[in-house]
Amino acid sequence: MLKDITLGQYFPGDTPVHRLDPRTKLLLTVVYIVALFMVNTWGGYALCIAALGAVMAVSHIRPRALLKGLRPLVFIIVFTAVLNLFFTAGDDVLFRWRFIKITYTGLERAVSMVLRVMLLVSGTFLLTYTTSPLAITDGLERLLSPLKKLRVPVYELSLMMCIALRFIPLLIEETDRIMSAQKARGADLETGTLPERAKALLPLLIPLFVSSFRRADELALAMECRCYNGGEGRTRMKQLRMAGRDAVAFALGGLLVAGILLLRRLGI
Amino acid sequence: MKNIELRGLTHVYSRGTPFEKTAVDDLDLTIEAGRTVGLIGHTGSGKSTLISHLNALLKPTEGTVLLDGEDIFASKASIRSARFRVGVVFQYPEYQLFEETVFADIAYGPKNQKLDQAEVDRRVREAAAFVGLDEQYFDRSPLELSGGQKRRTAIAGVLAMEPEVLVLDEPTAGLDPAGREDLLDKLFSWKRARNATVILVTHDMSIAGRCDRLVVMEAGHIVLDGTPAEVFARSDRLLSTGLDLPPSAHIARLLREKGVPVPADVYTEDRLYEAVLTLWKRRKGGGAAC
Repeated sequence: MLKDITLGQYFPGDTPVHRLDPRTKLLLTVVYIVALFMVNTWGGYALCIAALGAVMAVSHIRPRALLKGLRPLVFIIVFTAVLNLFFTAGDDVLFRWRFIKITYTGLERAVSMVLRVMLLVSGTFLLTYTTSPLAITDGLERLLSPLKKLRVPVYELSLMMCIALRFIPLLIEETDRIMSAQKARGADLETGTLPERAKALLPLLIPLFVSSFRRADELALAMECRCYNGGEGRTRMKQLRMAGRDAVAFALGGLLVAGILLLRRLGI
Repeated sequence: MKNIELRGLTHVYSRGTPFEKTAVDDLDLTIEAGRTVGLIGHTGSGKSTLISHLNALLKPTEGTVLLDGEDIFASKASIRSARFRVGVVFQYPEYQLFEETVFADIAYGPKNQKLDQAEVDRRVREAAAFVGLDEQYFDRSPLELSGGQKRRTAIAGVLAMEPEVLVLDEPTAGLDPAGREDLLDKLFSWKRARNATVILVTHDMSIAGRCDRLVVMEAGHIVLDGTPAEVFARSDRLLSTGLDLPPSAHIARLLREKGVPVPADVYTEDRLYEAVLTLWKRRKGGGAAC
């Protein structure tokens, strides 16, 4: 079922991680990603996994939820693994059969790349699992607000992102509904040749387009009815405020980076 | 004759996530052929989930769905045949319209049934006539029709498949009272002409009153089941599920509360009128002063 897609989904909760300021979480996610790319030792990966595990434990996100989110990425992960495994040059050959050659370096690199991709994606998932889309866009807008000086339409961009995020579940729901309706009329979406299947998608896509336009129209009308006229001078209901726990989070983030740099220096 | 049989039907959404929800819980239901069954219940009581099982759109988490005694999930072929034998019209079906012309849209179902062109043609015309859609609309785009006409087109699209069982989820939602009555009359005349089984999901108690049998759902269970007279007679239980009574049944209930002995199974205007008139005459006959 389409409903089971968890990409970018928010799991409501009331844990210290949920309560963090979205700006803190966004910045720390960036720090985490950068740190991940600085890692070049197994000790560093272990540290990242431990950090991820700790955040999961504190935020009550079950490992299964993360694995489910990773499922759509299986192809990329396998592709990365295969590419690194077979196409890494090196002399320390582990296995050779005709033109296939696996080197120790290749194996090492494949494992570390897969780990890196999975940790990277899991980290960003933790952000979206513990932060509502609204909070993310809010935080993003505040973080990017210095760009307003450069005439970047930050407010409009964050509004667009907010609406897009809000529309994703609606579109999924709508797709589900239209799919049911067309299947009830005998639409066959699963079998047939590729062109046939592409054609079978039309009864799905057309109503979806029509309803998206209708929805966008209604939204625009509703906003205008409430005198919406852009971001200038708007106040917000929920003010973002940094608290003590944000300082703690930043300190822990700094500790992670320091740890990784240390392990890098030590080569563990 | 039994037509549809649900045995121990259970459906759980998003199993194993924080969003897990049991929509239908160990439910047994048998529907005889040729009946008109009203499925009523509050929003979220599991009605829509239930009907999605009837044409194999949803696979039960547990339990079986039998159509004329055969499990519809037995094979791919049986699933496909269930799709055509049980026609489902979902809520706001006008949002499924997609073809360039009204004719082509109604013909979509029959074409999927791999019927020949002459048969498709006949069925489209017949279905359009049943819902009262004039042939002058056939070449128009379904998107430029009025709301009521779109609804008719969408319903005709399902009728054209000539299903043995027709399931309608809130077919009259969003229509004006005249359009509602008109559409219902047309659906009932279609049912009589084809001697089909009809399952109506509705909130509207005046529609419910026109069914042969009412099944009331609450939190994934069936809580009341019987003729409209039987179900409306248990007005307290019905009201406790968050549903309403038909206006006449409501008046009867209020009269009973005031001590007027109106029978419990009164739910139509005619019966109410009759009952009140009888009581009135009896009172006059008794010679009591007003």
